[in-house]
Amino acid sequence: MQNFEIYDLIEIAALLAVLLLLVKPLGSYMARVYQGEKNLLSPVLRPLERLVYRFAGIDEQKESGWKQYAFAFLLFNGLGIVFLFLVLVFQGVLPLNPQGLPGFPLTLAFNTAVSFITNTNWQNYAGESTASYFTQTVPLTLSHFVSAAAGMAVVIALIRGIARRTAEQIGNFWVDLTRGVLYILLPIALIAGIFLVSQGVIQNFSGYQQARLVQAQNRNGAVTTQVLPMGPVASFESIKLLGTNGGGFFNANSAHPYENPSPLTNFVEIALFLMIPLALTHTFGRMVGNTRQGWAILTAMLIILVVSLGAMYWSERAGNPLIHRQGIAGPNMEGKEVRFGIGGSTLFSAGTTATSDGAVNSMLDSYTPLGGGVNMFLMLLGEVVPGGVGSGLYTMLGFVIIAVFVAGLMIGRTPEYLGKKIEVREMWMSVIIVLTSGISVLIFSGMALLLPAGTGAILNPGPHGLSEVLYAYASASNNNGSAFAGISANTSFYNLTLGFAMLLGRFLPAVAALAMSGSLAAKKYVPPSLGTLPTNNLTFIGWLIVVVLIVGALTFLPALGLGPIVEHLIMIGRK
Amino acid sequence: MTSVDKKQDSIFSKKLMWPALRGTFSKLNPVTLWRNPVMFFVEIGGIITALNFVYNIITGKGDPAWFTGAVSMLLWLTVMFATFAESLAEGRGKARAESLRKSRTEIIAKKVKQPDPSGPATEINANDLRKGDLVLVGANELIPGDGDVVFGAALVDESAITGESAPVVRESGGDRSAVTGGTRVTATENIIVQITADPGETFIDKMVSLVEGAKRRKTPNEIALNILLIALTIIFLLVVFNLNSLSSYSVKAAGQGTVVSLVVLIALFVCLAPTTIAALLPAIGIAGMDRLFSRNVMALSGRAIEAAGDVNTLLLDKTGTITLGNREAVEFIAIGGHSGEEVVDAALMSSFTDETPEGRSIIVLAKQMGSRLQELPDHAAPVPFRAETRISGVDLEDHSYRKGAPDSIVRYIEQRGGSVPAELEQKVTEIARAGSTPLAVTRDNEVLGVINLKDIIKGGIQERFAQLRKMGIKTVMITGDNPLTAAAIAAEANVDDFLAEAKPEDKLKLIRDYQADGYMVAMTGDGTNDAPALAQADVAVAMNTGTQPARDAANIIDLDSNPTKLLDIVEIGKQILMTRGNLTTFSIANDIAKYFAIIPAALTSVYPQLQTLNLMHLANPHSAILSAVIFNALVIPFLIPLALKGTRYRPMPAQKLLVYNLFIYGLGGVIAPFIGIKLIDMLVTFSI
Repeated sequence: MQNFEIYDLIEIAALLAVLLLLVKPLGSYMARVYQGEKNLLSPVLRPLERLVYRFAGIDEQKESGWKQYAFAFLLFNGLGIVFLFLVLVFQGVLPLNPQGLPGFPLTLAFNTAVSFITNTNWQNYAGESTASYFTQTVPLTLSHFVSAAAGMAVVIALIRGIARRTAEQIGNFWVDLTRGVLYILLPIALIAGIFLVSQGVIQNFSGYQQARLVQAQNRNGAVTTQVLPMGPVASFESIKLLGTNGGGFFNANSAHPYENPSPLTNFVEIALFLMIPLALTHTFGRMVGNTRQGWAILTAMLIILVVSLGAMYWSERAGNPLIHRQGIAGPNMEGKEVRFGIGGSTLFSAGTTATSDGAVNSMLDSYTPLGGGVNMFLMLLGEVVPGGVGSGLYTMLGFVIIAVFVAGLMIGRTPEYLGKKIEVREMWMSVIIVLTSGISVLIFSGMALLLPAGTGAILNPGPHGLSEVLYAYASASNNNGSAFAGISANTSFYNLTLGFAMLLGRFLPAVAALAMSGSLAAKKYVPPSLGTLPTNNLTFIGWLIVVVLIVGALTFLPALGLGPIVEHLIMIGRK
Repeated sequence: MTSVDKKQDSIFSKKLMWPALRGTFSKLNPVTLWRNPVMFFVEIGGIITALNFVYNIITGKGDPAWFTGAVSMLLWLTVMFATFAESLAEGRGKARAESLRKSRTEIIAKKVKQPDPSGPATEINANDLRKGDLVLVGANELIPGDGDVVFGAALVDESAITGESAPVVRESGGDRSAVTGGTRVTATENIIVQITADPGETFIDKMVSLVEGAKRRKTPNEIALNILLIALTIIFLLVVFNLNSLSSYSVKAAGQGTVVSLVVLIALFVCLAPTTIAALLPAIGIAGMDRLFSRNVMALSGRAIEAAGDVNTLLLDKTGTITLGNREAVEFIAIGGHSGEEVVDAALMSSFTDETPEGRSIIVLAKQMGSRLQELPDHAAPVPFRAETRISGVDLEDHSYRKGAPDSIVRYIEQRGGSVPAELEQKVTEIARAGSTPLAVTRDNEVLGVINLKDIIKGGIQERFAQLRKMGIKTVMITGDNPLTAAAIAAEANVDDFLAEAKPEDKLKLIRDYQADGYMVAMTGDGTNDAPALAQADVAVAMNTGTQPARDAANIIDLDSNPTKLLDIVEIGKQILMTRGNLTTFSIANDIAKYFAIIPAALTSVYPQLQTLNLMHLANPHSAILSAVIFNALVIPFLIPLALKGTRYRPMPAQKLLVYNLFIYGLGGVIAPFIGIKLIDMLVTFSI
């Protein structure tokens, strides 16, 4: 058997080409938007933007220091969680509920509210059987937009901190939030939504349809009809991907034909969740006045992503020897949609775990141990290749600071990055940014594996069960949201601990990034000399990759060893 | 009186060994060890495993007692290697402080009221001297305190602080007036010294407390690195907590094997935690100070040395740094039809009261050329040099003589209604182009001629500047010379830039300008007029021969008064940071091999398949874990010499240096423990 399909390679190459072509125009566009410069859409959107400010009483000229910025960020998100929680609990009495679905139970409502506001979109529920049309279209879709825009605002504030010299202000949160939604997310989501509708993604408010089965099934009596859930899917779908949210309208997420009908929509959906995180590196380069810095970070991200994708693809293509032994040859297609194949599935999965999107188009639980392990590892790296919108880049910048610090020492200088000296405060903040999610995974998965409340929910025995728990906390702590499944996570224990993991993984690093921005903004600029470590060449890219991988590997080697690795060794028949 | 031992003692010399061993144990006190959190946790691990050992012996349950005992002992050894490294580094400083202290023997001072050696003196204890007191010091007497010579000149033996046995001249006026308490006057008429420091604040007091490390505080960079190390320690604590859960779940899931024991978890934690760098971190800083001191440089704070490593602009006084000491008069040139004799006499006349070395070299040259004048006539009124007029000379009853920089002289002559011959301009330009300094000489309102003062560039200085350029450091020469002369010398010496006709406030402004552009500026200085600029510079090196204000404004003092030392200081600053960075990388890179040693060993009872990860083929779980812990402990003493000496610094661009160090300490750090642990495992299994 050939170990790759030529069409898969073409698809991967085409996707990379499209994304790379988008980096510069989209990145520069975003830089113009956040710097308040005239751009392509200002003639149309500028009046609307002004209207928003007037309506909300925002003075767009007035910038603030990091503390106020962080306060606004936290206030906005806190109110968002409370609002969403209330809507979910009271969904039964709210409109647009043709199926008459009841309110969410309290811990599930907490988990879901936190999940959508933190851009995680972990779902301990099935959309079609739990959430009304109102819930899906208004609060959940809204949170898709604003949670993404809030993450982008944080990274933009951090970039300003790096770019500015001896300044106190790092921007206006409300303005950054508004601009992110209005100029970036809305237009792209609108175009993508229309495209998806044209390709067969549904968009309606009808009640669920009854369909007559072509072939009757016999399950404790003849089953001749099937319920087809309906709904305004396309509008939900486009922003779920674009904002690296990932919560599905349906339980099957992007594997569902109404969410993702064809290889073409699959291709577009993958491009949607990768485009903003990748292009933000260029926005960064533009805003700090040195685009090569952005390309360097992008290269480091892509190298890890592509190598991981290759490993996953190889593992899924190779298939499962236990199944081969039963005379069924071929790659591991269990849990994958035939219309996507190994290429379309692994590309989607690698992208979704690497971007913190968390949408899925295939069953991750059914991947080969190493294939699933790669998905897990991409999250455990801290969601930085390229990570979620905004959050990916600010976490990566945390890694950059640490890499610069150690490398700076090794060449005998007080380390500096882009002309800013890295000192005590920056170290504190970058350590918090980089390590919080890892700490959260270690603590919560450690608790879950010790307590009966945790182990009781595991559906698969052995190392696979361990992987399921690890995956759940990796996903929550890194605000990814994709699920390995195979675990009954809708219990109070999981709802609460996963909720806390999401809160911790979102807000601690974000506030640390803002604090770092404030501290960097206040610093003087140090002009580069021959003794300055260049941060835009291959040596530094390589070093950055090593730092990201080493931190991830050292933190999770035992866990990965007892989960995916030992499962793999057992599968291939090691004794 | 003993002089300071200048030679680097060999690192493990006997003399330093005993005190270091004592310190090794006293530093185990958890209250003080807390300052080094990584080692503090290792010590806690040592305590827990020791209790576990007792438990194993009494109950016979759990790990074999010999194994727990061995792990516990190794953890204690790890901590002790760390405290030993720190004590050893401190010991070297203490040894120096001891010999310094001996110079502070009781001295009886002769206090006087007036700066006049013939006046009455009262004897008081040197410890009772206060700032501003005047004391009389005669030949072969110890100078009772830090101060300035306000009358007379003497040869002073400063070996007590510099270790240099050749005595140096200290004289009133000028930039060589400062003397240090505890140094000995060897030959003199009597001198009068004005005390400038209260007891307890003298230079020797400061030195003692510095080298003893009593005042040592962590530098910002050390704190930043500590944050990283603490964060890693916390992560690894959680990793072993997590491993405990993982293994207890896996035992249930696999239905076989045993949960990883507390002792093995602690062993894994200690191996993963960055113990190597944490153990050596204090020693690196202390040893850096000590290395500077052995080159006769006193850093008044660790911060100053680190800042030196970051310096990217050096302001260097031309005189003494770039050129050899002082300029010498080599030629008298007559102009405007005056005779050579007239010029020589006028030059001599205007220089009699000039105490600067240049002035003296004029007198010497004039006498060599046969001038008949022997001394200043009576009723002569000296006109001292002032920074504003920049001329000096003497007024006699009949004539007035002046010499000075040509442009100042031109102004002076024009003010007096005289005329300046065109020839002056031409001669001056000629001399200046050649890099020498012209001085014009006048009598009344006539210019008689020009003195040619020649500068001699120090040998080898060009190469050093080229080296600095490679390190990314810009050199700026500062001189009072006119721009032409300055340009000629700057070109010859190969500096990047120069500041000509610099007045003290120009220096200050130059430093501020550079700093505003974000540069880190270092400068050397010795004169009182350098003090403001020294205070402004990021790294300020004062010559020990310098005046008290200059020494007060500086954060580094060069006991040899050799301005090129700045280059050494920069190198040592870089070395300290590099040693830290390299050992951090090494320490973390080591973890990979340790994981591959311990994880299969700890979990093989649950999943025998994990033996695949036993890349080193270590004999059995116990030997594997012990080997990793032994390697982790032994690597500390093995690296002590490196920590004390510092990793080698070679001037090369940042990028290359990084690749080079990553190759040695990064890749080396990955590979070395694989080999080391395997070898130890072979030894351990052989001996068991």
